[in-house]
Amino acid sequence: MRRNHKQDLAARLGPYILFVAVCVVFLSLWSVSTSTPAFNPAGLTEDELMTMEFNGDIVRDENDRYINNPEKVQGIPGPAKVMRKAREELGELFEKKGTNDHGIGLLVIYTVKRFMAGFLSASVVGICLGVLIGVSPVCYKGLNPFIQLLKPISPLAWMPLLLYSVKDPVWTAMLVVFMASLWPTVANTAFGVSTIRRDYMQVAALLEMNASRRLFGVVLPAAAPAIIAGLRISFGSALVAVVPAEMLLGELGVGYLTWIEWNNLDISGVIFAIMVVGVVGFLLDTAFGRLSEFASYPEV
Amino acid sequence: MEFLTIDHVSKVYPLLDENAKKNDTFVVFKNVSFEIRQGEFLTMIGHSGCGKSTLLNIIAGFDKPTEGGVILEGREVDRPGLDRMVVFQNFALMPWLTAFDNVRTAVRQAHPDWTKSRIRDWTQKYIDLMNLRGAETKKPAFLSGGMRQRVGLARAFSVEPKVLLLDEPFAQIDALTRGSIQEELIRMWDATKNTVFMVTHDVDEAILLSDRIALMTNGPDAELAEILEVDIPRPRTRETLIDSPEYTRLRNHILHFLVKGAKRGSGAKQSGASAERSNPPPVGAPSTDRESVVQEEEDVLKP
Repeated sequence: MRRNHKQDLAARLGPYILFVAVCVVFLSLWSVSTSTPAFNPAGLTEDELMTMEFNGDIVRDENDRYINNPEKVQGIPGPAKVMRKAREELGELFEKKGTNDHGIGLLVIYTVKRFMAGFLSASVVGICLGVLIGVSPVCYKGLNPFIQLLKPISPLAWMPLLLYSVKDPVWTAMLVVFMASLWPTVANTAFGVSTIRRDYMQVAALLEMNASRRLFGVVLPAAAPAIIAGLRISFGSALVAVVPAEMLLGELGVGYLTWIEWNNLDISGVIFAIMVVGVVGFLLDTAFGRLSEFASYPEV
Repeated sequence: MEFLTIDHVSKVYPLLDENAKKNDTFVVFKNVSFEIRQGEFLTMIGHSGCGKSTLLNIIAGFDKPTEGGVILEGREVDRPGLDRMVVFQNFALMPWLTAFDNVRTAVRQAHPDWTKSRIRDWTQKYIDLMNLRGAETKKPAFLSGGMRQRVGLARAFSVEPKVLLLDEPFAQIDALTRGSIQEELIRMWDATKNTVFMVTHDVDEAILLSDRIALMTNGPDAELAEILEVDIPRPRTRETLIDSPEYTRLRNHILHFLVKGAKRGSGAKQSGASAERSNPPPVGAPSTDRESVVQEEEDVLKP
């Protein structure tokens, strides 16, 4: 009994312990590998020190001793530095300090808006197109090769063409997300609809269902697991596409934030921006997972 | 005028085999003619491949006969409809709907003019009749095979069809549950006076439930061999059936037919094939070695 209890405890706490341990190990490795040793003037001549001070590599502290210049980039910043940057950024979430300097909260909103607009419109179009293709075997066989061909094209490859045709980076960024999330949904919906079990359609015929009842009462629910699987792939692909789309088009958002910080040579900012991208993606994905549980059902 | 007439129905598929000649055809069954009376329980029995399920699909309107036709109350059957509900071997329940909603969908389709509460009450009535109380909110995945088929039967009975078509409805249900659902089926049939056409290869089930039993010869090229009257008074139960001499006679007759009579020479294309088969002993002939027949039945009737 005692032993069992101990094992239970280990099984329950184990994951948390591992989680914390990985955090600690990662942060200490990061911090150790990025720490720069304090400046040691030993072995340097007066002239060399003066040159270094002139170049801005070193400065004098209040005791008139030379130390490393904290303003100058010194390799990859450590966790403490990134934390300082994060606190600074999170302190001014919704402030607009310039055309390209919006608070991080605003940037997240821009990106999520852009993402949702592209993803949702692609989902609606994709499901409609997929159902149309899936219900007719002729359409399915005839059109599926096009989908299979279009599906692997990187959504970013469309960007120059889209930018040229719509001539507006705001729309282009949204359309890149749209293109990224369209094909997996179309392909999976068409597959799901074309492989609906025959007896469901037989029951629909027996019950003399009209076309819309058949579509909303049988076809869509029966294909729902396949459609959701498609949406999930689309979701991931849209999430991947939105960051470089923002970078390349210069549209304000969390993706563009990494690029702005790079242009500022603010590596702590770049690392912070990467973390924001990760958190936003994680939150969107969790929300989607919750939603998709609604529409799924256990197969018989 | 008969209630339901199966009139010289044949089902022929063109052969798509690469070795087949241009006009070669595969005859599933041919020239099947019989009538089902209103309120009658008629079972068709035969080996796999004799086309009995195809015939059921033709009556349901899922499939079209190559020749002949099906006439229900003077009108030819040409599409599926609410007047001929099917109970499927694999249940065919919508897995995204609860047991209750599976039945309610059918009721709503049958009575588009009813109010919501009337549809709900009607659905509940059939849920209760099939002993499904307590399982209403469960989805099919969380129901046993027996419970699933109860939902299937409730769905079929709830629309009060003219004809109920049962396609090996108990084949996927374990033997113990099967008995109780068969009894529920017969109780429902008694209460609703539905006309039932059932397809099975379970001899005991056929005798227990049916008024008449139609025997099909083996396919391809199957034919209707004969129709037997089941002259056993109702209500029947498994226990009383075993002691009935009529039951033993029928059972032996059908098993003889299935084991010996229904066999055809392989590749029997010639039309005289039916004359070649040995005739089953007449009903009432002394029973032969029962053990061996049962053994043979089990070998032959494996699904």
